[in-house]
Amino acid sequence: MNATVEGRLLVRYDLIRAHLTAAAAFMVVSMLGGLSYSFQLHNLYPFSGIEWLSPGRVRLVHTNMAAYGFIANAFIAGLLFAIPRLTRRPILSDALGWVIFGAWQLIMVLTIVGQLLGYGQAIEWGETPIFVDPLVMVGLVLLVINMAAPIVTTKEEGLYVSLWYFLAAFAWTGLVYFMGNYLPQFWVPGTAGAAITGLFIHDLVGLFVTPIGWGLMYFFVPMLLRKPIWSHALSLIGFWGIAFFYPMQGVHHFLFSPIPMYAQYGAVIATIAIEVVVLTVIVNFFGTLHGRAEAMRGNLAIRWFYTGMIFYGITCLQCAFHVTLTFQKIIHFTDWVVGHAHMVMFGVFGFWIFGLFVDLWPRAVGRDWVNPRLLTMHYWMTTIGLVLMIIDLTAAGLVQGFSWASLAPWSESVIASQPFWIARTFSGLLIIAGQALFLYALWITAREPAVTPSLDRAAVEAA
Amino acid sequence: MERFGANFLIAGVVTFLLGFFLQGVMPIITLRKVPVKTVEEMAANPPDSFYQLAEDYPVEFQKVYGEANPQSFAKALRTGRDVYVAEACWHCHSQFVRPVSNEDLRFGPVSTAEEYQNDMFLPHLFGTRRIGPDLIREAGKRSNDWQMAHLYDPRSVNPWSVMPGYVWFFDADRRPQERALALVAYLQWLGSWVQPGARQAAMAPAAAPAPGGAG
Repeated sequence: MNATVEGRLLVRYDLIRAHLTAAAAFMVVSMLGGLSYSFQLHNLYPFSGIEWLSPGRVRLVHTNMAAYGFIANAFIAGLLFAIPRLTRRPILSDALGWVIFGAWQLIMVLTIVGQLLGYGQAIEWGETPIFVDPLVMVGLVLLVINMAAPIVTTKEEGLYVSLWYFLAAFAWTGLVYFMGNYLPQFWVPGTAGAAITGLFIHDLVGLFVTPIGWGLMYFFVPMLLRKPIWSHALSLIGFWGIAFFYPMQGVHHFLFSPIPMYAQYGAVIATIAIEVVVLTVIVNFFGTLHGRAEAMRGNLAIRWFYTGMIFYGITCLQCAFHVTLTFQKIIHFTDWVVGHAHMVMFGVFGFWIFGLFVDLWPRAVGRDWVNPRLLTMHYWMTTIGLVLMIIDLTAAGLVQGFSWASLAPWSESVIASQPFWIARTFSGLLIIAGQALFLYALWITAREPAVTPSLDRAAVEAA
Repeated sequence: MERFGANFLIAGVVTFLLGFFLQGVMPIITLRKVPVKTVEEMAANPPDSFYQLAEDYPVEFQKVYGEANPQSFAKALRTGRDVYVAEACWHCHSQFVRPVSNEDLRFGPVSTAEEYQNDMFLPHLFGTRRIGPDLIREAGKRSNDWQMAHLYDPRSVNPWSVMPGYVWFFDADRRPQERALALVAYLQWLGSWVQPGARQAAMAPAAAPAPGGAG
C-alpha cells in the first residue's frame, strides 16, 4: 500500500506515529494544566503553596503545550503524510525527520521545565524561555528544509492548493517566531513593543496554525469525500485574501491601548476584511460537501473537520463584531476572549487534529480502530463540553465587562463570575473525560500486533 | 494550479513584511522622537514608598539592598519586574488604563505612550486579561504592609479574592525576602510618575524634582 520512490518509502508512518503519540501526550499535559488552573478560581488549587506548580506558571504550560506540543506535533504528522502524497516525493531525509522529532520534544520538555522554574517569557504565546528560543529557530529551519524539499523538487505538473498554504506557512513561521520572541524582549520597549507582541499573538494563529490547518483540510477533505474541491476560483481568493489581510491586524489585541490609533483602525478594518475572505473558504468547503452530507454521519474524520469549520465560521463572525471598538469597550479583558481563544485553538484546530487522528492513526499503527464506538463518544463529549464552555465564558465575559463599566467594586465582578467559572470547570471535565476515552481507543488500537489495515476505507465508519 | 512554488514562498515573505511594516514598524516610527529612558533614569527619584519599605522591614531590607537610594531602587525595580514576569502576573493583571468603560474613574488617568517609553517595559506588560484589577496606577493606593499581606495570603485582606498566595517570597517566619521586597517596590512604582490632577508632570524630564508622595 505504501509506495516507494527511488528505494525509499514515500510516507514514513513510523515518524507520523511518533509525532501523533507526542501530540496526544502533550495534549494531556496541556489539559491537566488548564484544569488545575481553573481550580485556582474556586480557591481549590490542588498544588497551593508549591512554588514550581504556581498557577501562573502552570497556565503557561497549558497554552504553550496546546500550541507547540499538541497542535505543532499533530500538524507535523499531517504534513509528513500530505506532502509526500501530493508531490510523490519523500521528505528530504528520514534521519533528519527523526532529528526534528527528537529536537521538538526536547524543546517541549525544556519549555515546561523552564516555565515551571520561573523562566517563562512575558510574550503571550511566546513564553518559551529565552534560552530555548534559539533551539526553536533551528528546529523550525530544519523542519522547513526537510518539508519544502519535496515540494521544490516535485515533477508534478502543478502545485495543489494545500502546497500553496504549506509553502507560505514555511516562509511565515520562522519570521513570525523571530519577530515575536526577540523584538519586544530585547529591542523594542513599551507601546511599540506591544504592537509587535500583538502582531505575534495574531500571526502565530494566522500565519502558522491557520495556513497549515487549511492546507491539511484542502488535502484530507477531497481525499475522504473522493471528489475535488468545489471551486478553484474560491481557493485562489481564499489563499491570496488570507495571505494579504492576515498579517496586518496584530494591533487588534490591544485596542484602546496607547498604540497609535491609525494602527488600531487599520487592524480593525483588516480584521473585518478577512472575515469576508474566510467566508469564501468556508463556502468552498461546504460546496464540496454538497450532495455528500451523509458523510457527516458516516465518516468520523469528515465530521470532525466540518464541525471544526462550523466553529471557524462562528469564531470569524464573532471576531468581525468583537473587533469593533464598540464591543471592545465591554468585552476586552474578560472571559469572552478566553472563550474565543478556546473556540479557535481547540474547537477549530484541535477538532481538525482529531479528524487527522481518526484517519492517520490506523495507517500509522497498521491496524483498524479496535473500538470505533469510543471515538463517537469522544466526539460527542468533546463537542458538547466545548460548546458549553464557549457559551459559558462568553456570557461570563458580558457579566464581567458590564460589572466593570458600572464602577461596582472589583469584588463584584469576581463574585459574579463564580457560577460561570464552576460551569467552565465542569465543561472542562467533560472534555477531559472524552479525551480519556480517546487515549484508551488509541492505546488498544496500537497495542495489538500490526495487520494491514483496510486503508481503502478512507476512514473509520462511525459506530 | 500554479506552477512555481517560489511564488508562494515570496508571497509569504512579502505579505509578512507588509503587515510588519503597517502594524509593527509604523508605531515605532511614530514614537521615534520620544527618547527611551534607562532603568537608572526611571529610578532616579524613588517614591516615598521605597524609603518607607526600608523602614517597614529594616532587617530584611538592609540585608538585600543596604540603603534605600536610587541605585538600590533600580536593582529592586529590575528584580520586581522579573518576579512579575516569572510568576506570570500579567495573565490576570493588565498594565494600561483605557479611555473607555469608566476606567479613568476606577484606576486613574488614561495611559499614554510616553509612559512606556523606557527599559522597564522591555518587554511591555500590557496584558490581555483582567481577573484582578489593572496595576499601572497601583502606586500609593495601598500601604506596603497591605501589599505584603496580600502577596502572602490574598484572602487575609480580600476575602473574595481568587489570587494565589506567594508564600515562597517569604521565609518561615513570614518575613519578606528579596522577591517580596522587590515586587512591592515595583508595584508601588507603577504609576508613581502620575500625580493626581497633574498628568503632564509625568512627562517632565528626569531632572525635574521627584513627585513628593505617591498619591
